[in-house]
Amino acid sequence: MSITLRNVRKDYDAQTEVLKDISVKVETGEFFVIVGPSGCGKSTLLRMIAGLTPITAGEVSIDDKVVNDLAPKARKLTMVFQNYALFPFMNVWDNVAFGLKARKMDQADIKQRVDEALKMVNLTELAKRKPRELSGGQRQRVALARAVASDAKICLMDEPLSNLDAQLRIKMRQEIYALQRKLGLTLIYVTHDQVEAMTMADHIMVLNDKHVQQIGTPSEIYQNPANDFVAKFFGTPQINILNAKRSQTDNHVLDVDSDLEIALDEEVPAENVKIGIRPDDMKVEAAESVEANATVKNIEFLGDETIIYATLNSGEDIHVVVPGQVNYRIFQPIKVTADSNLMFFDADGNRMNLSKEAYVHA
Amino acid sequence: MDIVTKPKLSRRIWDYTLLTVLALIILAPFLIGLWTSFLPTMQIAQGNFLSTKVSLQNYIDAFTQTPILRYLGNSLVISTATMIAQLIFCSMSAYAFVFLKFKGRKFLFGMFLATMMLPFEAEIIPNFQTVKALGLLNSYSVMVIPFLTSAFGVFMLRQSFMQMPIELKEAADIEGLGHFQFYWKMVLPYNRIPLMTLGAYSFLGAWNQYLWPMLTTFSNDFRPVQNGLRQLQSEETFNDWGMIQATAAIVVIPTLIVLFIGQHYFKSGVNEGAVK
Repeated sequence: MSITLRNVRKDYDAQTEVLKDISVKVETGEFFVIVGPSGCGKSTLLRMIAGLTPITAGEVSIDDKVVNDLAPKARKLTMVFQNYALFPFMNVWDNVAFGLKARKMDQADIKQRVDEALKMVNLTELAKRKPRELSGGQRQRVALARAVASDAKICLMDEPLSNLDAQLRIKMRQEIYALQRKLGLTLIYVTHDQVEAMTMADHIMVLNDKHVQQIGTPSEIYQNPANDFVAKFFGTPQINILNAKRSQTDNHVLDVDSDLEIALDEEVPAENVKIGIRPDDMKVEAAESVEANATVKNIEFLGDETIIYATLNSGEDIHVVVPGQVNYRIFQPIKVTADSNLMFFDADGNRMNLSKEAYVHA
Repeated sequence: MDIVTKPKLSRRIWDYTLLTVLALIILAPFLIGLWTSFLPTMQIAQGNFLSTKVSLQNYIDAFTQTPILRYLGNSLVISTATMIAQLIFCSMSAYAFVFLKFKGRKFLFGMFLATMMLPFEAEIIPNFQTVKALGLLNSYSVMVIPFLTSAFGVFMLRQSFMQMPIELKEAADIEGLGHFQFYWKMVLPYNRIPLMTLGAYSFLGAWNQYLWPMLTTFSNDFRPVQNGLRQLQSEETFNDWGMIQATAAIVVIPTLIVLFIGQHYFKSGVNEGAVK
């Protein structure tokens, strides 16, 4: 079942706008992730799709049928909550069966579905336990089983993994992904974690400051961010964003400072430009003070790679990821360059499509 | 490693002695009452409190010679009815205050609370006029109807309903539960503990009523225990102190039972595991 949002808006009152002009189409069977920093309205958007929160303007449709005024139940979907929303006075089996009973499904059918769902999430042995007797990961599985047992083909998840520890999160991430594929669910998944978004999504919607920043596949979003916010949000360590000015002497050249300039094939169209360079697209070499354009500030060795924190002569901080181990000292002068995958943003942060043939000189 | 140092023995002896003495002082009237209920009235009249002629005769007399059973029955009917009514009506109005979004909700709740500030004694005269006009005097209903709901109960349940995670309501909405189903299947079981507390509180409140039944009941057919006890004491022929103590002890028993059962349920952690 596909879900379409058309110019959806949400105001809490005349003064407080939460979401503005959201339009997107989620295809049948798609794993769609809505990601953004906390407070960007992503949970509100999910609740608007579920019908728990009314929308102020625009149109929500499921399978090309407008559902703006439809009650949550009639939208035929399930929802998994951040805090699981289990019923503490019911055992695991009854928790999973609850929704089916509420929908007045046939007894035998309920039994079959619940048993299957519990088996799928490996909880068959714990069916008689109460939620308080389960660990965090097991409770999470009960919540998943509820979604699995339902015959609804749309599942909404609101930060389902954020209460789990890092190890378990990776495991559950894979389980959720496998379940979604197996059941052919159309899954809308809300998270603030860019790694979850990158690893699971077919398409990602990046939300910030009431607006959709970008919608695209994980690789599109990583390689072709629409603006500097998206560029900064994806990738660890974060992308380096350097402020540069058009050179006074040559309008094909961007100056970060007198020791670092970027030559372009074409003329620089604006006075101020931001340059984005992923930490692993930068190159570092030891240099004499005269040639150097940066100073090492700190070095973190992570085993397979090393992060070098450095300060450019202009005073801007950058970080560079290099493979393996390196032998730099703190305060050592270095030369930083880059020759591929440079991104350019205008003063407002919007992506500018400039020549790929850029080259960073020292 | 024994980092926690135990207080000195002498200090602990002193602490426990003090606590025991205080407990005895507080419990003395109850213990004396209970003790005298086993003594023959003659011995009590003589001031012979340490008599060894202990028997259950007073209790037998109380059941056979006085209408105490009738009083107990009356109180049981009144208290049970009051308790059930308060549980139903308080939980329903608390539900409305928490889960229904209607205009003037806060104002209305403020009005509710305001009625709590008014002492019951201040309402007695208008209430008496009302029940009299309705012709309810000297009946069970006169002792139940004015207490069908209580602002305190609504307030208490509202507070605990508000503690429920909003996601439970959202989950119920997604499953298509209506308000009544959500109330019945989620809210009530989730709030068992506060409901039991309110049940015990309203039951005991009704059981221990004195002033209102004194004004509105005139016959043993409807008189509840507390007033019955007073009645026994004031009947001229009746100055059998041993038996009075025995009836008093009988009257206290339900209170103790309710507290005892209640205690069993006031363990924490019953709702743990709903979220997180």
